[in-house]
Amino acid sequence: RFDNGILLLSTHRLIWRDQKNHECCIAVPLSQIVFIEEQAAGIGKSAKIVVHLHPASSNKEPGPFQSSKYSYIKLSFKEHGQIEFYRRLSEEITQRRWENMPAAQNVQVNKSPQVRRIRAVGIVGIERKLEEKRKETDKNISEAFEDLSKLMEKAKEMVELSKSIANKIKEKQGDITEDETIRFKSYLLSMGIANPVTRETYGSGTHYHMQLAKQLAGILQTPLEERGGIMSLTEVYCLVNRARGLELLSPEDLVNACKMLESLKLPLRLRIFDSGVMVIELQSHNEEEMVASALETVSEKGSLTADEFAKLVGMSVLLAKERLLLAEKMGHLCRDDSVEGLRFYPNLFMTQS
Amino acid sequence: LPQAKYKERGTVLAEDQLAQMSKQLDMFKTNLEEFASKHKQEIRKNPQFRVQFQDMCATIGVDPLASGKGFWSEMLGVGDFYYELGVQIIEVCLALKHRNGGLITLEELHQQVLKGRGKFAQDVSQDDLLRAIKKLKVLGNGFGIIPVGGTYLIQSVPAELNMDHTVVLQLAEKKGYVTVSEIRSSLKWETERAKQVLEHLLKEGMAWLDTQAAGEPQYWLPALFTELYSQEITPEEAKEAIP
Repeated sequence: RFDNGILLLSTHRLIWRDQKNHECCIAVPLSQIVFIEEQAAGIGKSAKIVVHLHPASSNKEPGPFQSSKYSYIKLSFKEHGQIEFYRRLSEEITQRRWENMPAAQNVQVNKSPQVRRIRAVGIVGIERKLEEKRKETDKNISEAFEDLSKLMEKAKEMVELSKSIANKIKEKQGDITEDETIRFKSYLLSMGIANPVTRETYGSGTHYHMQLAKQLAGILQTPLEERGGIMSLTEVYCLVNRARGLELLSPEDLVNACKMLESLKLPLRLRIFDSGVMVIELQSHNEEEMVASALETVSEKGSLTADEFAKLVGMSVLLAKERLLLAEKMGHLCRDDSVEGLRFYPNLFMTQS
Repeated sequence: LPQAKYKERGTVLAEDQLAQMSKQLDMFKTNLEEFASKHKQEIRKNPQFRVQFQDMCATIGVDPLASGKGFWSEMLGVGDFYYELGVQIIEVCLALKHRNGGLITLEELHQQVLKGRGKFAQDVSQDDLLRAIKKLKVLGNGFGIIPVGGTYLIQSVPAELNMDHTVVLQLAEKKGYVTVSEIRSSLKWETERAKQVLEHLLKEGMAWLDTQAAGEPQYWLPALFTELYSQEITPEEAKEAIP
């Protein structure tokens, strides 16, 4: 295995030497290279260079493999150096200095110069196109990065300014009306700056969120009725965004809007269970009453898991579990928590006391 | 007499700075529009560029994904890209929850999401998924990101997973399963502590018990079964995902 080594580039060859066993040294003549491409690093993956090669000639020098089904090799840069190496290797391949200088050592002279040239013509065309395309992409990207950096500088100024304003609001330097406070919050929203006063990126209650809350009340009325009066916030997120198609809501937009439902006296409200699960309920919905009917259902069956209860009643497992937990909290059910799963029984201590 | 605009020390008042901010905001919007007209495609097509963009925003203290109403989202289209991805992630996780208890590797999630998006959709990277998931946390559904091995497990249920659970998951990641003895020797825990953690994972459906294994019982994580990787989401599972 060629795992741990050092890669060397000369005008004629690409050489790899094993870091532990210095005797182990393999090489590929640069003349064998058709073209090279980069593979960016990713999570758990190192940056690589893929080297596409001509088919090996019949009188190639002995090496680790006589033949291979692949027409390329991959160089994996576990630590660093990929960017630089790629640049240098590209240069050497473009300059083709090996053609002009015969190497001092045993270099394979495997074809007559004529044959080699014929092959090279077709390849050179492809190489050139790829190179042009790469240069164009690189230029676009570096221009984009430049523009992005300039943009970020300006954005940074906005952040500084907003901090200064927030400090002044805190120390009451100047009279800011409530209207102006709302304006400030909407500026922060536009820029994506966390509200420095409350330290929340959400819960900032702008006009936008008020409007959104009213919209939601309209959109969700029927779906809620169809689902027994209660939906988890993730269900709402998916439902609303699928309906929109464009100009989607961010999760924070949704949460911010829902936090305003009650204060705007809309017919829905946001509720947060002990587990952290967030739901939207119709105002007319009474989860505690639902608990009573849940108790009946569980009693009929003797005992139920959240899965079983969900199937029986036609609810999502998530909400079914929350209802059973609430019933337990209210003392109507008790649990049997085993490796088989969490099962709920009517709380006979209550009913039989 | 004109109203004194400045306090004695000559500092600018908040409402004046607010007016300044309003003006600068308009200018910024124009700059952003210009940027978008030139480079919007770059963001859409280039995952590396997206990473750079996000990192730069984070550095200066700006969250381009905080709101769909934000300039970044509106003009660069970054919002729709990630919010839609969020929907797709939620659906995949819901569909597969009964198989893996609400734990899934980033790799499998990535594959399933790509499948769901179809051949002609914009490519998404694992980094994109992670950013979308971080945003989903605020919905209270228990979304979490657990580093294991060189990758991540994504949690999508409100089960409580503390440090002990996480560490055992990381131990199990190497082979897909773990035993009580391995936990004892690697983590130097008492048997009781190991068993508690494993039982919790069993109860949540995140681990399955193989009592027929040679030696001692093995606790497998379905999230790590590589054989399940390319299994399609069945129609029944898909129905569960969109209630």
